[in-house]
Amino acid sequence: MTLLEFRDYLVPGLALGALYSVIAIGYTLVYGVLKLINFAHSEVFMLGGFGALIVLTEVAPGHPSGLVSVLLVLLGLVVSGLVGAGTAFGLEKVAYRPLRKRNAPALIFLISAIGASFFLYNLAGKLFGRDPKAMPALFDNGVLFHVLGAPVDVVKLLLIVAALAMIVGLDLLVRRTKLGSAIRAVAQDPEAAGLMGVDIDRIVSRTFVIGGVLGGIAGFLFGLNSQVSFTMGFIPGITAFAAAVLGGIGNLRGAMLGGMLLGLVETYNVPLFGEEWRYVAAFAVLVLVLMFRPTGILGAKLGRTA
Amino acid sequence: MSTLNDTSAVTAVQVAHLPVSTASTASTASTASTASTVSFRPARPSAEALAALRGHRWYERPRWRRLCALTAVGVLLAVMTGEQGSGADLLFSLRTTFTGTALWAWIAAAVALWAIAEFGAVPRRAVASGARAAAAPLARIRPALDSSPRLRVALVVAGLAAAVLLPLLFDRSTNQVLVDWVGIYVLLALGLNVVIGWAGLLDLGFVAFFAIGSYSTAFWSGQLPVKPPFELNPFLSIPVAMVTCLLAGILLGAPTLRLRGDYLAIVTLGFHEIIYLIAKNAESVTGGSLGVFGIPHFSVDLGPLQYRWGLDPLDYLWLLIGLITVLVLLFRKLVRSKIGRTWEAIREDEVAAAAHGVDTVKYKLMAFAIGASTSGVAGAVYASKVGFINPENFPLLYSVLVLAYVIFGGMGSIPGVLLGAALLAYLPHGLKDVVDQKDRFMYLGALLVVMMIYRPQGLLPARRRRRTVRTREAS
Repeated sequence: MTLLEFRDYLVPGLALGALYSVIAIGYTLVYGVLKLINFAHSEVFMLGGFGALIVLTEVAPGHPSGLVSVLLVLLGLVVSGLVGAGTAFGLEKVAYRPLRKRNAPALIFLISAIGASFFLYNLAGKLFGRDPKAMPALFDNGVLFHVLGAPVDVVKLLLIVAALAMIVGLDLLVRRTKLGSAIRAVAQDPEAAGLMGVDIDRIVSRTFVIGGVLGGIAGFLFGLNSQVSFTMGFIPGITAFAAAVLGGIGNLRGAMLGGMLLGLVETYNVPLFGEEWRYVAAFAVLVLVLMFRPTGILGAKLGRTA
Repeated sequence: MSTLNDTSAVTAVQVAHLPVSTASTASTASTASTASTVSFRPARPSAEALAALRGHRWYERPRWRRLCALTAVGVLLAVMTGEQGSGADLLFSLRTTFTGTALWAWIAAAVALWAIAEFGAVPRRAVASGARAAAAPLARIRPALDSSPRLRVALVVAGLAAAVLLPLLFDRSTNQVLVDWVGIYVLLALGLNVVIGWAGLLDLGFVAFFAIGSYSTAFWSGQLPVKPPFELNPFLSIPVAMVTCLLAGILLGAPTLRLRGDYLAIVTLGFHEIIYLIAKNAESVTGGSLGVFGIPHFSVDLGPLQYRWGLDPLDYLWLLIGLITVLVLLFRKLVRSKIGRTWEAIREDEVAAAAHGVDTVKYKLMAFAIGASTSGVAGAVYASKVGFINPENFPLLYSVLVLAYVIFGGMGSIPGVLLGAALLAYLPHGLKDVVDQKDRFMYLGALLVVMMIYRPQGLLPARRRRRTVRTREAS
């Protein structure tokens, strides 16, 4: 790979990595409070993309520009966030809460999660058609400026800025607010947190909603960057999960780091091995990490049972 | 700082005085009244009366919540059974559903159901007693079977005879379905049952081993772009496929089975995707997305004993029934041996099993490899039967399909798995004209969730599993 190629793939890699970070946070948050892999998180992501797609196709004029573009993007962010939050909230209520009340074994949770994921994505395929769809044009996607000679266009910049804003916001929320400390308390020791007066059900539900907002917005951004389809959640979902494990599951900064790394690995995989092997990278990294360092880069205390 | 394991968090919450849970007061009230069977307190008031005592508004009471939930289910069912979406108009399906009459029929049905359940004491009692009367003979079957081994044997022999003889009456296309879907998937479900039902490991890449078995058969028959050192009789490819899958299972399982169970799920999912991508993209090895043609049928050529399996599905059906019978006998022996008991110990409490000196990784690996090799056998039979395989025969969806079959029948119960897999594998073809084929996975996903909420032990639960569920629910 020449230096020139290296430079050209850097910005797309960072943009993809930022996206994966945001999705990975959703996995890691839920894993933190429930010790459960929320398989259906990829469907939250997908439905967020569809929500924005539907509203924007109804609203967007032919060639928006200027202030209208900004408003449309904001509308997309809000709608996808709301749809994601609603999906995650419903998911927790229907597929997980009854099992939690019954103190069901982990296997039952996993199967329920997979069932919910299957149901949602096939339902979306049925309702909205099974072919991929492009987002309507929200702005003129020109090159804004060059970094070290590599062009940065509007979509990539929007992706990176929005993802960074969400990551910083979430970090503040978890560290500084009352809700954040309650989430950390439940993650650390649910029983003790309950004794201290934390309403665990409410905190779990809100954790899902926070993860859902991030996942839904990520779906919209992903749709802007490529396309929206009912299967679009699968690969980013697995990759983001791999990212969460890579960084150390249950660890928020780990998820961000892992997402960035996997985004770059996946993007550089294309010039090195070819487009058709693009998605193998995430799985290979996942298996390697689990073999040699199952607690992830930044470490997680939850990695092993025995 | 922002890790979720921050030790200062609990104390911080204590200072912060978060709103105290109202649920905790409710639960103390209910525990107090459950204890009333021994004390002098009156019987527990109904949830409705409790809500009234607490001064809840009408919309906060459980009765209205149930109405809302049932109506939501009605709307969801209307959406699920609505038109197929169109590529051009995103909202086509939803619009037709919400402007059509079917929606109101579903809602009316939901409300009627709710009204009967809440207010109709007479019809409710009639339905309950009717159901009990109808289920009474069914409820007697299980204890009778449990107590009489002779009856069990008779039932098995009758079932086997029916499975062998009945297909003679069916037409050819039905028998094709019976082989390609029912037979093969019953075999797969049996294998997955070892992994998930007995050892409690969630394997989401089970069909990847099926693919490996099929491709290994194709390889040894010399039909792949890479040629084998010598060609094997197709029958010999069964044990070879078994060993190949066994090795693949060990290779994949050895690193990942040391970890928490949920990591295994995602690694096997990734493994399936990698196998699929290799089958699709490595054209010089696997033939790429075009697939492999001309895999020969099975044949026996031992002196006087000569037979060629041909295009007639019946031959393959009988072969599959034979294989399934042998495997069922083997697995029964296995699960009742020390190995089976060890699996149960690991499934119920892995830490406790390890503390008792069980080499958990070894036994988990054993279950994983046995499952994988069963899948390999199914792959070999499938490749030889259809003679033509391509990557689209082994999509990720099918791994979840097999999982759904096993869970529907009852994890860990051989009769349950046989029945569940046979029923669910045949259903899409039986309902071909009623339900769109593409919606199959949607209904299966919903089925998984509903089963996990209401009946996680499955249609015909295993005896041990029934006991576990009871004790766990009681505690």
